[in-house]
Amino acid sequence: MILSVQGVRKVFGSQVVLSSLDLDVDEHQVVALIGASGSGKSTLLRCVNLLEEIDDGMIWLDGSHITDPRVNPDKVRQRIGIVFQSYNLFPHMTVLENVILAPVRVHGRSSKEATDAAREWLTRVGLGDKADAYPDRLSGGQQQRVAIVRALINSPRLLLLDEVTSALDPELVGEVLSMIRDLKGEGMTMVLATHEMGFARQVADRVCFLDGGKVLEQGPPEQVFGDPREPRTRQFLSRIIEAGRL
Amino acid sequence: MNLSPAQLDRIAYRRRQTVISVLIAAASTLVVGVLLAVGLTGAPGWDRVRASFFDLDVARDALPDVAAGLWLNVRLLVFCALGALALGLLIALLRTLRGPVFFPVRALATGYTYTFRGLPLIIVLYVLTLGVPGLRLQGMPSVLVLGGIALVITYAGYLAEVFRAGIESVHPSQLAAARSLGLTYRQTMRHVVLPQAIRRVAPPLLNDTVALQKDVGLVSLAGPIDAVRAAQISTAETFNYTPYIVAGVLFVLLAMPLIAVTDWVTLRAARRQS
Repeated sequence: MILSVQGVRKVFGSQVVLSSLDLDVDEHQVVALIGASGSGKSTLLRCVNLLEEIDDGMIWLDGSHITDPRVNPDKVRQRIGIVFQSYNLFPHMTVLENVILAPVRVHGRSSKEATDAAREWLTRVGLGDKADAYPDRLSGGQQQRVAIVRALINSPRLLLLDEVTSALDPELVGEVLSMIRDLKGEGMTMVLATHEMGFARQVADRVCFLDGGKVLEQGPPEQVFGDPREPRTRQFLSRIIEAGRL
Repeated sequence: MNLSPAQLDRIAYRRRQTVISVLIAAASTLVVGVLLAVGLTGAPGWDRVRASFFDLDVARDALPDVAAGLWLNVRLLVFCALGALALGLLIALLRTLRGPVFFPVRALATGYTYTFRGLPLIIVLYVLTLGVPGLRLQGMPSVLVLGGIALVITYAGYLAEVFRAGIESVHPSQLAAARSLGLTYRQTMRHVVLPQAIRRVAPPLLNDTVALQKDVGLVSLAGPIDAVRAAQISTAETFNYTPYIVAGVLFVLLAMPLIAVTDWVTLRAARRQS
């Protein structure tokens, strides 16, 4: 097991976002988190990456307790990649500089070595000619692919994807999704929060429906989408179908 | 390329409009200029004013001394600007530190910006150049250096707030992205936050440097002779105010490149934003 979330609670003021939430992710597994806006999908990912401090429970990564206050969060984050909805590329750096920042500054690789690896990655995802461009010259889909490369180049044990297609124009969604599909083929362990039900169905080994700060229902996509057990899940999915998104 | 008649008509119309606006601008400038010149030279006291403010002979005699004084301004400006930028950045960084451990440094930095933005520069100058030497400590720096220090600590207070505004203008998602890659707080500041922050506040920083350019002359209150002080001395010798005009012209000439750079940086920043 790579990731184990045990009884995690997260509160913002008086609002309980996660309440004793449990989630396990095995190596090479792709887990999709679905649920209404505000159901805590993003918060859960941010907690796993230690960008948010949890208010109770424990999170284990590769058998070590990462929410122990004695653990250096920088070291934990080096082993986890996260990609955000709004890409968050550094606007003052070129694509190449964005990608090699962490390999050089955090992982101590030489600039030459990191540059070679970055160019190889960018070429693989069809952005070889954009290495020296600044992010504002790229389309949303291209920026998001750069953000994914920026996370992947550090060979993370786990990749977290936070609604990575939500800010994209519909015709650009495909290029990012096909990249994630390729990653699954290579055995990358991923947890993705998504509104793309069709995609979750295709790519996920397991779908988790979040509601009321908990994983209300989880299982293989055929079961959760085809024959949901919980009335809340059924209600959520029927609304999605009404909106034409499944 | 074949343009449609509609487009050709538009181009011709715009060209006519441009010619008309240029002509109107030229005419109005001429009218204002003539009115000003007539008003000034026609004033009853103009001859006396011209003799005591715009005397070419006096200007020629005063120029070497005033220019020598200006050289002091230039040297002080360079050192004080660099010092104030460095100290201001340091204080801004201390003010942004989070966590209870850093409370004392944060409080000190905050107190600093409150104190030295509130305290008149002249008082800081007097305390440092007249008060501190009175301690008769060994290895006391010259009055000029002490005056420079007074300028640095006063201006650092303003610059620190400009830097802080820049740091806080960088969106939190940029910090999250940097930290999520495993960068430490220091690395995040150094590689992600500060480069963006400084680019954004470059225009106000340069603006404060232009202001500093004029304030460095205040060290003359403690003895060193800057351009304005040199002008005052020659004025006292000749009973003619022309040296002040000489010093004023030199100051404006000196400020021009810096102001031009400020405008250029501002324009470039605005273009990058869009």
